[in-house]
Amino acid sequence: MTVILERLTGAFALNCELFFLTLLFSLPLGLVVAFGSMSRCAPLRGVVKTFVWVIRGTPLMLQIIVIYLGPGLLGMTNPWPSGSSGRLVAAVVAFAINYACYFSEIYRGGIEAVPKGQTEAGQVLGMTKSQIFFKVTLLQVVKRILPPMGNEVITLVKDTSLANVIANKEIIMMAKEYSAKGLIWPLFSTAIFFLVFVGALTLLLDWAEKKMDYFRC
Amino acid sequence: MALLEASGIGKNFGETKVLKDISLTLEQGEALAIIGSSGSGKTTLLRCLNFLERPDTGVIRVNGETMWDAADPATQRESEVRKKRLHFGLVFQNFNLFPQYTALENVMLAGELLAKEQPDYKANKKAIHAQLEAQARDLLAQMGLSERAGHYPHQLSGGQQQRVAIARALALHPDILCFDEPTSALDPELTGEVLRVLRDLADRKTTMIIVTHEMHFARDVADRILFMDGGVVVEEGPARQLIDHPQEERTKQFLAHYSE
Repeated sequence: MTVILERLTGAFALNCELFFLTLLFSLPLGLVVAFGSMSRCAPLRGVVKTFVWVIRGTPLMLQIIVIYLGPGLLGMTNPWPSGSSGRLVAAVVAFAINYACYFSEIYRGGIEAVPKGQTEAGQVLGMTKSQIFFKVTLLQVVKRILPPMGNEVITLVKDTSLANVIANKEIIMMAKEYSAKGLIWPLFSTAIFFLVFVGALTLLLDWAEKKMDYFRC
Repeated sequence: MALLEASGIGKNFGETKVLKDISLTLEQGEALAIIGSSGSGKTTLLRCLNFLERPDTGVIRVNGETMWDAADPATQRESEVRKKRLHFGLVFQNFNLFPQYTALENVMLAGELLAKEQPDYKANKKAIHAQLEAQARDLLAQMGLSERAGHYPHQLSGGQQQRVAIARALALHPDILCFDEPTSALDPELTGEVLRVLRDLADRKTTMIIVTHEMHFARDVADRILFMDGGVVVEEGPARQLIDHPQEERTKQFLAHYSE
């Protein structure tokens, strides 16, 4: 039993790795996409909005497959490193793009919810656009979007299992190998891993929300 | 030469002509009140003077220097408009304090950001900061808010928030301080404390433009009043004279609502 738990823990490390790498890339990328979808340039806005529609409108599992196998099937040279690291990199790319699109909509909602008067107050005080964004708007946006972002981040924890569609050996895949041999409990025990992880994350999110309690907007 | 000269200011929102060929001048140390019903264009005029709206026609000069010429795109570049805005201060109807900063930080923020653009900022960082803080505390004291320097906006009453906003505008030493219905979001009790501050500023010969619905205040405190209706200046004159003896029929109609 300890051997099995050790192997499950090792597999869960892959889920964690995918989780953190996805956040690392999708959080800033989402902001770029959000600015694109709010751009004053109509063609750019159109392209970005269509892209977000496609990404949010198709299954993440399909996107992972397309990103991993697509380039090869189209006759391009395969961009991914060989072996398991290649499969992880492809999964990170697919996850980062997918989550950036979801985050972008949350960012957009948060930015548009900041009253116009805040920007105007910054303007009449001689601030530049970037000063207004970083010194005035940003923290108010963060405070507003924290709850919906928390939701999305918790979904990401569990979505990491989808990476097994291109044979990334994450925890569910590992557990299923045991159930195929007739051993069921490892599969059910994976729930504990997710619950503990999400529990810790929830505490962290609560703490962050409390940190921002000192002001209201 | 007048401190502020605006001539031929026009502004359209789509098909609607909000401002039609408005001209006004303002002398150093003068307090000008702009009155008129909602939708008369007075707020838009104030926003044009602060370049929050871009006038479609007309020229704005401060001390003879052209701030905005609707016919000359060279005067409309964003980077220059930003600096030109500093000739004007604007106090909003709903305060627009920055909620994540204390009263003191609200008053200091813009000054600090401007100081950072100076080449010698890094060397004198501490001295500059201390100087800005001393100035901000002075201004808050002047507004009767010394005790509230460390409070966040949501911990302050509307009247206190508006006084912080006035201190914030004064901190950048604008040539002309503009007020956009500064008491319209306040209940009568709090209105008094903000009007007292404005009266005090007028007594110190602060150059001001005040858009207001407080007729008694305008009559007593402003040097001159401008009555707007339908995007044009209907009547203009010394404050008491305009309120007590309006010449135009439209002005009489408007003021009649206030004498009931």
